[in-house]
Amino acid sequence: MKKITSTLLISSVLALAATSVSAGTLETVKSKGHVQCGVSTGLAGFSNADASGNWQGLDVDVCRAVAAAVLGDATKVKFTPLTAKERFTALQSGEIDILSRNTTWTLTRDGSLGLNFAGVNYYDGQGFMVSKAIGVKSALELDGAAVCLQSGTTTELNLADYFSANGMTYKSINYDTSDATIKGFEAGRCDMLTSDQSQLYSLRIKLENPSSAIVLPEVISKEPLGPVVRQGDDEWFNIVRWSLNAMINAEELGLTSANIDSMKTKSPAIERFVGGQGGKLGIDDAWSYNIIKQVGNYGESFEANVGLDTPLAIARGLNDLWSRGGIMYAPPIR
Amino acid sequence: MPVNHKKSPSLPPPASEVGIVVWVKKNLFSTYANGVMSLAAIVLILLLLPPLLDWAFFSATWSGSNRADCNEDGACWIFIANRIDQVFYGFYPAELHWRPNLAGLLLIGLTIPLFIKSFHYKNWLGAFILIIYPFIAYFLIHGGSFGLEVVSTTKWGGLMLTLILSAVGIVASLPLGILLALGRRSKMPMFKSVCVVYIEFWRGIPLITVLFMASVMLPLFFPEGSDFDKLLRALIGITLFQSAYMAEVVRGGLQAIPKGQYEASEALGLNYPKSMGLIILPQALKLVIPGIVNTFIALFKDTTLVLIIGLFDLLAIINLALTDSEWLGFDDEGYVFAAFVFWVFCFAMSRYSIALEAKLHTGHKR
Amino acid sequence: MSELETVQKPSNPAVWNNPKYRALFFQALLIAGLVYFFYSVVDNTLSNMESRGISTGFGFLTEKAGFGILQSLVQFNEDSSYGRTFIVGLVNTGLVAVLGIFMATLLGFGMGVARLSNNWLVAKLATVYIEIFRNIPLLLQIFFWYFAVLAGLPSARNSMSLGLGIEFNVRGLYLPGPVAEPGFLITVVAFIIGFIALLFMRQWARKRQDETGQQFPVGWSSLILLIGFPLVVFWASGMPMSIEYPVLKGFNFAGGIAVVPELLALVLALTIYTGAFIAETVRAGILAVDHGQTEASLALGLKRGQLMKLVIIPQAMRVIIPPLTSQYLNLTKNSSLATAIGYPDLVNVFMGTTLNQTGQAIEITAMTMAVYLTASLLISSVMNWYNKKMAIVER
Repeated sequence: MKKITSTLLISSVLALAATSVSAGTLETVKSKGHVQCGVSTGLAGFSNADASGNWQGLDVDVCRAVAAAVLGDATKVKFTPLTAKERFTALQSGEIDILSRNTTWTLTRDGSLGLNFAGVNYYDGQGFMVSKAIGVKSALELDGAAVCLQSGTTTELNLADYFSANGMTYKSINYDTSDATIKGFEAGRCDMLTSDQSQLYSLRIKLENPSSAIVLPEVISKEPLGPVVRQGDDEWFNIVRWSLNAMINAEELGLTSANIDSMKTKSPAIERFVGGQGGKLGIDDAWSYNIIKQVGNYGESFEANVGLDTPLAIARGLNDLWSRGGIMYAPPIR
Repeated sequence: MPVNHKKSPSLPPPASEVGIVVWVKKNLFSTYANGVMSLAAIVLILLLLPPLLDWAFFSATWSGSNRADCNEDGACWIFIANRIDQVFYGFYPAELHWRPNLAGLLLIGLTIPLFIKSFHYKNWLGAFILIIYPFIAYFLIHGGSFGLEVVSTTKWGGLMLTLILSAVGIVASLPLGILLALGRRSKMPMFKSVCVVYIEFWRGIPLITVLFMASVMLPLFFPEGSDFDKLLRALIGITLFQSAYMAEVVRGGLQAIPKGQYEASEALGLNYPKSMGLIILPQALKLVIPGIVNTFIALFKDTTLVLIIGLFDLLAIINLALTDSEWLGFDDEGYVFAAFVFWVFCFAMSRYSIALEAKLHTGHKR
Repeated sequence: MSELETVQKPSNPAVWNNPKYRALFFQALLIAGLVYFFYSVVDNTLSNMESRGISTGFGFLTEKAGFGILQSLVQFNEDSSYGRTFIVGLVNTGLVAVLGIFMATLLGFGMGVARLSNNWLVAKLATVYIEIFRNIPLLLQIFFWYFAVLAGLPSARNSMSLGLGIEFNVRGLYLPGPVAEPGFLITVVAFIIGFIALLFMRQWARKRQDETGQQFPVGWSSLILLIGFPLVVFWASGMPMSIEYPVLKGFNFAGGIAVVPELLALVLALTIYTGAFIAETVRAGILAVDHGQTEASLALGLKRGQLMKLVIIPQAMRVIIPPLTSQYLNLTKNSSLATAIGYPDLVNVFMGTTLNQTGQAIEITAMTMAVYLTASLLISSVMNWYNKKMAIVER
């Protein structure tokens, strides 16, 4: 009896599972009422859970912006902490709707992983951090060094390229998480730690004595980091892309979460920004207003999470607006 | 001659057979080689134990609120005290801690009668705990109905998550394991081979690959849009994995039942389900309870692997605490504390399993 | 009475009550269910992958990997292919498994026997070891031996010299390594000759004992043949080998044999953890041998050492081998926890880095699982063979 019932049960469950309808990400998100966002397992300033488990950071804000645009409520985001290894599989498999986890935009990832990068929310480059004690001033003095890095990142490939181009050798210890990486560095397992520069700063504050380590001047790669979605869902792709663009445009227009209510009719560009166009993306007209009101513009997010007043103390640099000498440049909303 | 029928008091053993010195001589220095080993053991103990005790207790810091209060030479337990909420509950909101607490107390309260000899409804109570209680616990901890606020599974963590993972894993894998064990002993070749392949497959691969598959690849196997919770997927992986081990434990019990029992139940005209359900399984399951407890211990330890897929079990919470920049360099305290918690649970359960074995192993011992 | 006389002919059971047909029906149902299950999984996966534009196939194995691996026993550099990373990971996993099995067996047998020692202290110490380490999760032990112990080790510049040119520091254990020079081949040949001679000698000694009852000191002569003879040849041929000592060069030690701390921590944790389980297995095995055996052999005048070697252990082995096999399997599977501390095993390198660079989760996970499955089946079949061999001895 048990066998019959179990067989029947299994096949009926399967039949049920097999007949459920596939839907676009936007509909799925609307029906479940939250955006599932893939973030890091903890990287201060970008995506990090505080002691009570609330996620915050520059990457987290992108997800919040999408939630604000689609659902009208920036808090309707659920976060899935992912290791670098898991991230693409998790996105491919549909476990998450957006991957916003300091992920570098490369051709391979765009082309053969079935993913689409929706934009860039942080221009970064790979750098090196070494302990002051070893007295190294340039990465070119690091021949034969042991290197700590996080596995499953572009870092591994850049490092190999850089060292072989300069005729140097290295030994890399590939850890699973950035936490393990910094612990290995702290213990002296390696002479240097390599990662995107922004991460180096956020990892450095995890050292017992942050001033004991320095970040070397060399930047050995281009690392445009941005949110990623699945390929083949253009509607969702557009929403994520324009949520990010809205944040950048708002900064250019001088709109902040504090002044957006009073600025609504200041200029035609602002009117266009605040007043709708959501229909063209398949979402509510108040989408851009919601993003700025609830999350803030790009500059606000930057300053609050990684800016000079935070422990990370990162200057805007490349990530400043194009009009102020950086390369942050968003297509216009019109 | 008057006969004295009174018992004369027993004489104490001869002086050459009692006393600490004699005991030491007999047990530690009976031969030359033994003496050398004893001395080596004593040196080892003297080298290890005093510094360890000093570190863990005498020089340790037990109260205080921040790093500055820590004593350099000893363990600094305030590091743990500072995070104790997370260690127990993960990110579960502090004002709602009463819910998992209540679920835990309820379970303890329900289990106590099972150990009282004169309690008669043990089977019913057992069934209640295995079948109804999980739903109660789920509604209490997860919420979502009866006016309880939802606490999403991403906030579950710490010891609570470790216990949930191992308890659900073991309870859910038991029925599947029984079916597989029966299937493996089935006379129908298809059932048998399917069960053998299933069992050998899951027993042959590491849990970490199973968890990885469950956490990131499972949704790929189902139609687009089917959405599972991450914790649920980990649980599915653990249950499928564990059921193979459970099947082997149950099979051991089935094999230990004398053939006469099978023949007798057939002679009584019982069909397969009845003969299994009424005669064989009750005996076999009784026999394998210690085995099940041992499987539970193994699973309890294995749940630490979920940290690799980003769930925050006890060990993951400790790891997280160790990267707090305010509290760097307390690896020893963190790992020793986690080890102690796991050890207490596992050791207690293994003692219980040994006691059970002694109690249950009467009827079949030759 | 009349009931007895009427001959009851068994009525032909209906088809659905015939056990034979019923069995066939259920099995057909099972097959249908399974086929449907696998069909829908494969179908879903394929359509999911296609709709998401994920590339499939094993073509990636020949592509250039372009990243470095900490430890590789086979030739590997940044120009090697992804297929090569699979081999490197496989070999590294094999290394940990072999080292771990070897050391855990030694420790386990030692501790198992120690727990039964008539020396009270030794027995209690063994008990404490077993009860502590088998009740603490392995992953925790790996973290402890790696992160907590690593932090306490000296830096490469203040390396601990353990004598004989052995250096120990946070970068690992550095041993002097032998470097063969021309002419070393003669020593290798001598070793092979010694080994063959040893096989013949053992056969001869056994035959002699069977025929005359006289024993031949096999142990000592084996040692002489296997080690002494090649040593003499080595010395006679002018010692054609030099020893390379590790020296501090730049940031790290170079030369000699380097054992990375990840490997040390992993093997240590696996040894200590599995050793505790093996000790229990061994103890149970020895206890399972009837005490009468001991008494009988002592009465026959066997010495204590002979008693263990000739009577107790062979009988205990029969009880020990099946659970020992599963411990070996566990150790092999547990070696996959290497990924948590960055030791480049199969899971870390192939299912980690390679998977992430190529994104082909299905192919890579399947290959990884296949490796562990094969290893499991291999170890258990070898152990089954050994078990059979031991069982034949039974009279």
